[in-house]
Amino acid sequence: MTGIRKRKINNAIAMGVAASCAAVGLGLLLLILYDVLKNGLSSFGWTLFANDPAPPGMEGGGLRSAFLGQILLTAAALAAGVPAGVLAGTFLSEYGRNMKLSKIISAVSDMAVSIPSIVTGAFVYAILVKPFGGFNGWAGAAALAIIVLPIIVRTTESMTSMVPWSLREAAFALGAPYHKVIMGVVWRSAAGGIFTGVLLAAARAAGETAPLLFTSFNSGHFSLNMGRPVPSLTVTIYQYAASPYESWVSLAWGAAFAVTAAVLVLNVTGRLLIKLRQGK
Amino acid sequence: MSADHRKNLLFKALTCLAAVSVLGIVVGILAVILMESFPALKHFGIGAFLGGRDWNYTREIYGALRPLTGTVVSTGIALLAAVPLSLGTAVFLTEICPHRLRGAFGAAIELLAAIPSIIYGMWGLFVLAPFLDEWVQPAVGSALGGVPLIGSFFVTKSAGGVNLFSASLVLAVMIIPFITSIARDAFEQVPDVLKESSYALGATRWETVRKVVSAQSASAVGGGVIIAMGRALGETMAVAYVIGNRHASLDSLFSPYTTITSVIANEFNEAGGIQLSSLFTLALVLFIANFLALGVGRRLVKGKEK
Repeated sequence: MTGIRKRKINNAIAMGVAASCAAVGLGLLLLILYDVLKNGLSSFGWTLFANDPAPPGMEGGGLRSAFLGQILLTAAALAAGVPAGVLAGTFLSEYGRNMKLSKIISAVSDMAVSIPSIVTGAFVYAILVKPFGGFNGWAGAAALAIIVLPIIVRTTESMTSMVPWSLREAAFALGAPYHKVIMGVVWRSAAGGIFTGVLLAAARAAGETAPLLFTSFNSGHFSLNMGRPVPSLTVTIYQYAASPYESWVSLAWGAAFAVTAAVLVLNVTGRLLIKLRQGK
Repeated sequence: MSADHRKNLLFKALTCLAAVSVLGIVVGILAVILMESFPALKHFGIGAFLGGRDWNYTREIYGALRPLTGTVVSTGIALLAAVPLSLGTAVFLTEICPHRLRGAFGAAIELLAAIPSIIYGMWGLFVLAPFLDEWVQPAVGSALGGVPLIGSFFVTKSAGGVNLFSASLVLAVMIIPFITSIARDAFEQVPDVLKESSYALGATRWETVRKVVSAQSASAVGGGVIIAMGRALGETMAVAYVIGNRHASLDSLFSPYTTITSVIANEFNEAGGIQLSSLFTLALVLFIANFLALGVGRRLVKGKEK
């Protein structure tokens, strides 16, 4: 009789420990969101979007250039990374689906998703910053594109290989050549899934700091010239948060809130799209 | 050759080129980093560089030992703290949590994994580090500070909470959602029939988790932990603020120290010559370590599915 009692007590203790782990883990993470929200909202206002950074100590500075720079860098990275990634992923699941090369590329891009982003930054510095004599926006966009590329390759590959072969065969039977089958049938069927991948990749790119540090760097002046340093929200956070000036720290919180909100919105939208598609 | 056939071949070549470029980029990263590290490796020698204690700007002697130690220790502490918490959370999500809430909790964990690391870093600097400095460090110091030999390792020697311990805990918080979601997926892969058989024999939930679920998912969870380790090794922004980037011998867990990523982030833009090459060599070490961890981890995670 004591045996079963002891086992029940052990069970209650273990389940209690598991539940408190969940409470601590989730609690900590919600605390982070709460702190970002609280500090970020207090620095939110019209000036945050309309003004450029003020000199240290002066009030009323904003992050206009960092917002625009961040959008510019992310958009340029997607403009390069998405088409290349979709084409590469298509090769892996269509033309090259039985080739050994495709298996290797597929495994390599899976690993490439997790290359430490600071290593990517150092690589781009060596090929696009050092030879051209200075930090520039193109280098930043290239670093983000390298981060985005394997994500798009992997999603495209898995989404297009989920399209049933009978659909392709129906199109072949009508006499369509393979490239038209891919563009008209495969891509069309997989478009929703690929779009979700693009949203998630955009979220990843928008939150990266380390690869921009050595490439597009930062600039306090309003400049959208991609040949020069381009400001970004994340590098601004990195530099301002550790500064001794209260107005800069407040700007950093505002930027942190904006980045977090953007990343979460992109992720939630992506996941909702997946849900909707599965619901059909 | 018809026009369609030619267009198809052209399209095929285009997709093939894109696919090969992915391979080219990864090989290119390795090649360029290797090339940039060459001067430092040649100047110091591989063994002397990896085992070198100095990081001295005036004498221009650079060694990887301290950043390596910092990375290994901070990753180790982060895993020690994060793995039990994450596994507990995963058990809660798969065994205790009401079915209706599982989806919502699971989605919340996955969203938290997507929060950029700079946000974790900033939170560590403004919230976690001051908290540890005020409450945890003095308590640990007075409890363990008197222990012979290792006591001084737990004594706070500089204020502000900027130290190796804070950096490790920020890392831990950052990898919790990651390990939790991998462990949850692994637990869910365990066939219900096995769990039901265990319950039918009279086992409690805990006994089922400990003897049936964990046996079935051990390699996948182990793989997930190793992947998380790779992530923690290569993480930059979460540690860059709170580690302090100090090149000195590791005298206390509560002293500022340095890691591979923090020394790269802090010094890269001002470095030149042999120092820059040394930083590239550190990046090379990181690239290889991460690749190995990922290779092993992925093999373990996938092993069960085949």
